[in-house]
Amino acid sequence: MLLPYFEWCENSALGATIRDSLWLFPVIESFHLVAMAVLGGTVLLVDMRLLGLGLSRRSVATLARDVQPFFVAAVAVMLVSGLLLFSSEAVKCYYSAAFWVKMTFLAAAITFTYSARRRLVGADGECRDSLYGRFVGLTSLLLWFGVGAGGRWIGFS
Amino acid sequence: MLAFCRWLEATPWSIALHESLWAYAIIESAHVLSLCVFVGIAVLWDFRLLRLTLRDVPVSEFLARLMPWMVAGFVVMVVTGALLFFGIPVRSYQSVFFRAKVVMLILAGVNAWVFHATVGRRVVEWDSAPILPRAARVAGVVSLCLWAAVIFSGRMIAYNWFDCDTPQSDLVRTLAGCTDDLRE
Repeated sequence: MLLPYFEWCENSALGATIRDSLWLFPVIESFHLVAMAVLGGTVLLVDMRLLGLGLSRRSVATLARDVQPFFVAAVAVMLVSGLLLFSSEAVKCYYSAAFWVKMTFLAAAITFTYSARRRLVGADGECRDSLYGRFVGLTSLLLWFGVGAGGRWIGFS
Repeated sequence: MLAFCRWLEATPWSIALHESLWAYAIIESAHVLSLCVFVGIAVLWDFRLLRLTLRDVPVSEFLARLMPWMVAGFVVMVVTGALLFFGIPVRSYQSVFFRAKVVMLILAGVNAWVFHATVGRRVVEWDSAPILPRAARVAGVVSLCLWAAVIFSGRMIAYNWFDCDTPQSDLVRTLAGCTDDLRE
């Protein structure tokens, strides 16, 4: 169903330029990785706090608010660089199980971050050191781990 | 050193790792994902030194609470990185990107050491200061640049543009330490 769209991406001038260049793909990939480190750091800091680790003397709401701009910036860089990488090998991605696993985890991670997790870290409720807080922190970590592991595996297929 | 790498490459364990379908991929994934733990927290630490984030958290508290995690992430990176090298010793040793990465890792280590040996020692004096000492800010910027460069050169090791087994300019051959004798 989506294959024609994937083929269109791959045949676009953008995709062809990246594919035909020796340097573009690895350079874009490196930006993707640097942004991943930043994204990982911001997610970890807050999720570790939810699990009672790291900066556990600080309020969850403060930590989350402080790192939010870097989280958003990292996600933006990852999406742009990720789309560029995708456009150069869209058809390979279409047939890659790892790609679909990654996209599923990505959709779940972003949905979770902006629904349940946001409600928890945004509010000044008392449920932060509760079992529910730990559950949210762990779920978030596992979802983002799935995104990263799936992404790494696209390269192996 | 090259002789050592060749000897390493001929060991059964190195061959097994090199030829394994899963072990190498899993070690590589662990290496990449632990970036989030080590570099991810290191970047926040550098941003804190630049007062770009977490301004309410005293520098000493950040260090005390998160240094163990950074060390843990770093240990995973070094162990998995050493295993990756162990699986492909000669090619890595003769890779200009691998060599650049090692140089930048050393520089990052020197930067961290200088910070902790000088301005970091007096952290209680500027723990929550509105303007951090210049030396601390410089250490933060240098660290950010070096870790980004480490990631870039690390990613490039996978590409064979400058490998010794293809024709290269004299400059590249010198930087990569290529030799004229045939390997295999």
